[in-house]
Amino acid sequence: MSVIIQSLSRNKFYNWVYKNLFSSWVNTIMTIIAVIFVYEIGTFFLNWAIFNADFRTNFQGELITDRTFCSKNISPGEYGACWAIIYARWDQFMYGLYPIEETWRVNITYALLPLAIIGILFDKLPYRKLFIYFTFLFPFIAYFMLYGGPGLSTVGTNKWGGLLVTLFLGVTGIGLAFPLSILLALGRRSKMPIIKSLCVVFIEFIRGVPLITLLFTANVMLPLFLPDGVNPDNLLRALVAVTLFQSAYMAEAIRGGLQAIPKGHIEAADALGLTYWQTTRKIILPQALKIAIPPIVNTCIGLFKDTSLVLIIGLFDLLGIGRAALADMTWTKLYYEVYVFISLVFFIFCFGMSRYSLYLEKKLKTDNS
Amino acid sequence: MEQVIQLEKVNKWFDDFHVLKDIDLTVTKGQKIVVCGPSGSGKSTMIRCINRLEAHQKGHITVHGTELTNDLKNIDIIRKNVGMVFQQFNLFPHLSVLDNISLAPIWVKRMPKKDAEEIAMSYLEKVKIPEQAKKFPGQLSGGQQQRVAIARSLAMNPDIMLFDEPTSALDPEMIKEVLDVMIQLAEEGMTMLVVTHEMGFAKTVADQMIFMDEGRIIEQATPDEFFNNPKSDRTKLFLSQILNH
Repeated sequence: MSVIIQSLSRNKFYNWVYKNLFSSWVNTIMTIIAVIFVYEIGTFFLNWAIFNADFRTNFQGELITDRTFCSKNISPGEYGACWAIIYARWDQFMYGLYPIEETWRVNITYALLPLAIIGILFDKLPYRKLFIYFTFLFPFIAYFMLYGGPGLSTVGTNKWGGLLVTLFLGVTGIGLAFPLSILLALGRRSKMPIIKSLCVVFIEFIRGVPLITLLFTANVMLPLFLPDGVNPDNLLRALVAVTLFQSAYMAEAIRGGLQAIPKGHIEAADALGLTYWQTTRKIILPQALKIAIPPIVNTCIGLFKDTSLVLIIGLFDLLGIGRAALADMTWTKLYYEVYVFISLVFFIFCFGMSRYSLYLEKKLKTDNS
Repeated sequence: MEQVIQLEKVNKWFDDFHVLKDIDLTVTKGQKIVVCGPSGSGKSTMIRCINRLEAHQKGHITVHGTELTNDLKNIDIIRKNVGMVFQQFNLFPHLSVLDNISLAPIWVKRMPKKDAEEIAMSYLEKVKIPEQAKKFPGQLSGGQQQRVAIARSLAMNPDIMLFDEPTSALDPEMIKEVLDVMIQLAEEGMTMLVVTHEMGFAKTVADQMIFMDEGRIIEQATPDEFFNNPKSDRTKLFLSQILNH
């Protein structure tokens, strides 16, 4: 019996392979080329990144303390990556120049971040309300933990760097942009001409300007708008630019959702005597945001990657820290290792968001009752 | 008889298109008026003006002594007293049937949630689908959805109900269940203004028939006169088309 099943499933496998990979000459050639290509690239990369790579020690068993100990620098051509730079610079990649004895504060914040987000992401989570409360509490906890306050020493944002800055700008930027973008999207559909045109001008201006320009503008011009003596720090200036940028893009995503709501729902709410804000909160937004989540997540992925542009105004995000590590004479020229590592970190976050967006699309399709 | 709705020389334009032309209409308490006419004749627009889903540009509309102007306060007062049922039901798909009905009592009348849900259940019983309370609109048939929409409107305890072609989007076998609810409502003395082509319903329920064409009220009469002895040729033509198909 089991033999039959086995041979059946084997048959199925052969059929699938035949149908999809070797159905014609062209297909067969393409399959062979693709297999060779993947094999060559894959083995090259794995050898470089893992099998021939140094982690903490080189092939002679010595602990790598600077680049001259890397196997590939001792015996050129035989060895792969030298990951010791990542180990040596790990704290900087994670925390920037945050004082080492205080990094536990950042770690706690990192650990709490998923708890703060999970309630928003999954609507059928048990005890979701408690998680949502925590979401609103989290910014205060994070501020206290990261910046300091009663009982904790102050760590200026000029000491922040690496993943901390990347996540700070990404998460805070998205978090602040969200309510702003809802107002912008509603404003753009408002019947009041002044509000409408203000929103249109704002959205179109921001969307028509590269983020780098906004970062420069925020960096140079923000102090001009503020009273003398108030000098917001660099990170805050970047945050303002990133938030405005993200809010314009998110507003357009939300507007798409708003447009999908049939006019009849609004008329029914009007006829029942609900006010504009009640209708917006209870009828329009719950439906519109649900539709708009996949495009919103797309803009979030874009923003998360774009935060690396802040290195141009002198902030050390993940990429900035990587470049700083490369500028260090003890480790210089290990470009591949640094950039591959940074790419991997960005990839993990962006791929996560992308999978979430796919999951949502599937879910929306099934529970659209 | 107490006048509850009064339209005087009401005119409305959609840009250049003159939809309503000098409409005069008086509705007294408890009256059931059925409005019919070819599509594009302005019948839906007329009843949508009564709760200000459309604004008129000339003339006066008064409901319970309150005149409809741009004053939002007046609009609110009138909407609280006037219920409306739409052709497309317009239930809120993200809310359960019970939440659809209790939403307005909770938010507009500031009723405690428990009371609002009790009222919602009582109206669901009235439209004979209490067992559907926990379902979502998408899980109901068209006829059931329209009955929920009627219950939702009634839960605000209006004294006037406007029906805008309530059965036009329904499959034939579901029309009766909705009309039965409307007939029951009429028997209870509700003031009703109904745009419909269901002439059987009109004969059973209406006190007055109104025939509209090209933005004007062409004929207003009792059903008996209207069906047996229509005055205008336009009405005769319309009736012959609608009754003999």
